[in-house]
Amino acid sequence: MAHESSYVPGNVVEKWIDDRLPIIRWSKEHLMDYPTPKNLNYWWTFGAILAFMLGVQIVTGVILAMHYTPHVSLAFDSVEHIRRDVNGGRIIQAVHATGASMFFAAVYIHMFRGLYFGSYKAPREILWILGVLLFVLMVTTAFMGYVLPWGQMSFWAATVITNILGAIPVLGTPILELLRGGFAVDNATLNRFFSLHYLLPFIIAAVVALHIWALHVPGNSNPIGVEVKSSRETVPFHPYYTMKDLFAIIVFCIPFAWFVFFAPDILGHPDNYIMANSQVTPAHIVPEWYFLPFYAILRAIDFNILFIDSRLGGVIFFAGAILVLFFVPWLDTSKVRSGTFRPVFKWFYWLFVANFVMLAYLGAAAADGTVLGLPVATFSKLCTAYYFFYFLIVLPLLGRFETPRPLPTSITESVLAKHKAPAAAQPAAASTSH
Amino acid sequence: MATQSNLAHQDAPKPGRRDFLYIAAGAVGAVGVAGVTWPLINQLNPDASVLALASIEFDLSNIQEGESVTIKWRGLPVFVRHRTAAEIAEAKAVPMSELKDPATDEQRTKPGHEQWLIMIANCTHLGCIPVGQSGDYDGWACPCHGSQFDTAGRIRKGPAPTNLVLPPYEFVTDTLVQIG
Repeated sequence: MAHESSYVPGNVVEKWIDDRLPIIRWSKEHLMDYPTPKNLNYWWTFGAILAFMLGVQIVTGVILAMHYTPHVSLAFDSVEHIRRDVNGGRIIQAVHATGASMFFAAVYIHMFRGLYFGSYKAPREILWILGVLLFVLMVTTAFMGYVLPWGQMSFWAATVITNILGAIPVLGTPILELLRGGFAVDNATLNRFFSLHYLLPFIIAAVVALHIWALHVPGNSNPIGVEVKSSRETVPFHPYYTMKDLFAIIVFCIPFAWFVFFAPDILGHPDNYIMANSQVTPAHIVPEWYFLPFYAILRAIDFNILFIDSRLGGVIFFAGAILVLFFVPWLDTSKVRSGTFRPVFKWFYWLFVANFVMLAYLGAAAADGTVLGLPVATFSKLCTAYYFFYFLIVLPLLGRFETPRPLPTSITESVLAKHKAPAAAQPAAASTSH
Repeated sequence: MATQSNLAHQDAPKPGRRDFLYIAAGAVGAVGVAGVTWPLINQLNPDASVLALASIEFDLSNIQEGESVTIKWRGLPVFVRHRTAAEIAEAKAVPMSELKDPATDEQRTKPGHEQWLIMIANCTHLGCIPVGQSGDYDGWACPCHGSQFDTAGRIRKGPAPTNLVLPPYEFVTDTLVQIG
């Protein structure tokens, strides 16, 4: 979506700057004039919400680091110190801790929006891959951050998750000891996790810049998935979408504020208010809610697969569940971008969403319990199977066998159809032009 | 610059002294970068203070039959269990064909001290500490992912791939054991 810059320096100072570092020109082009499809719905506001959340986490995190002590004998108390003694620390700590949950809620909606509307399809593959990379970085950062309060859940999460790397054949143990800086999770581990937890958000910010760059080259996709055909189908980012995004951020902040002010601990686990003890594992350990689906997949593999033992198998599926996302642009063979026009896809998609929620539920259930009359172990295997079935079988085959509904020829046509004659469906010529 | 060598270069670009210099300089540079990077990575490995705790002695005389204690070795929890005769008999009665990671009870203990079972207490799946005297096999059951171990600490059920790991240890006297 290349376009001529409309920026004209307003005065001699702006002119002077523009000749040396055209940062005002660049900002006007990318933050204000950037042409955006006029039919974006509220699912498209989550990118801005995520940028906002990254800012919130960095600001509150830098402040928390001023009061936190990364040492096994002091870390737990220093977090309590922040909550009880530091001026406003109760709120700042709660914003950071529940902020992680809100951040993940937003990123999951953002990703599921991409999966439904086919936002990963050409020419936006790199945009999608950078997004998956951001998700991986977020998961890593959140995991390390969760270790820092040094409660029982922190310690055992660190033990279990670092042990995942121990499953790698031959190199597993050396890598594990290198990562932990000892034979078990201990002070060395806590210190390096603190260091990396501080570093990674800035790496995330850098990848976000690339993500937005990759967005601004082809421009936004949109709910009907038909590319923008003329400048009449776009509006400038500012004020149209800056205001819409701002409104969405404010709405998003309502539940966020509720958690912070009224239930800062509701998403946490009571065991994390017991200081870490390397001699006792809590009776029932569960990760934070945003890791539960992947945790259920890890736990579902409790059998050997040929020469691969169950532990390595679990790790392969766990990693595979995230890595498969990198390949979605090529796994989905359908030429139609938006799920709105794919009648069969919709069924598989919503089943996939329900399946993902079910995996989260199973991840929280006791390993030997039952859910809906089925043993958790069996149910988890079924849900894990569907997770991979969707990406590896449904997406590649559906593109060949499904007959999509006719596409509108343009964004304008679809917008007018919606507003002028909602009853009259548009039997416009089927277009597969993109 | 000798014109002759320039001409030769245009006719057939064959490796000359300059190419050799490029490759040699690049190789030296790569070795230098690797040499600088290694200490930056190696600092992550267990340090001297961690390695210094590699060997401990432990007195068994206070542990009665049927009791277990958990001690710390190299930062890892270690189970020391004084097994009952019934537990030993149960462990010996298990046929090898039923085991995922076959090992006899004799291989799990020291000769003449078969009432003592000494194992690293981390589940071989992902490192949680199993709960003693529970599960279907009267041994240990891991609360995290449901692995179950028998009275010799062998894996019987669940995702753990191997038996609970035995640390290197030996009996100094009948009641004093050195681990590590």
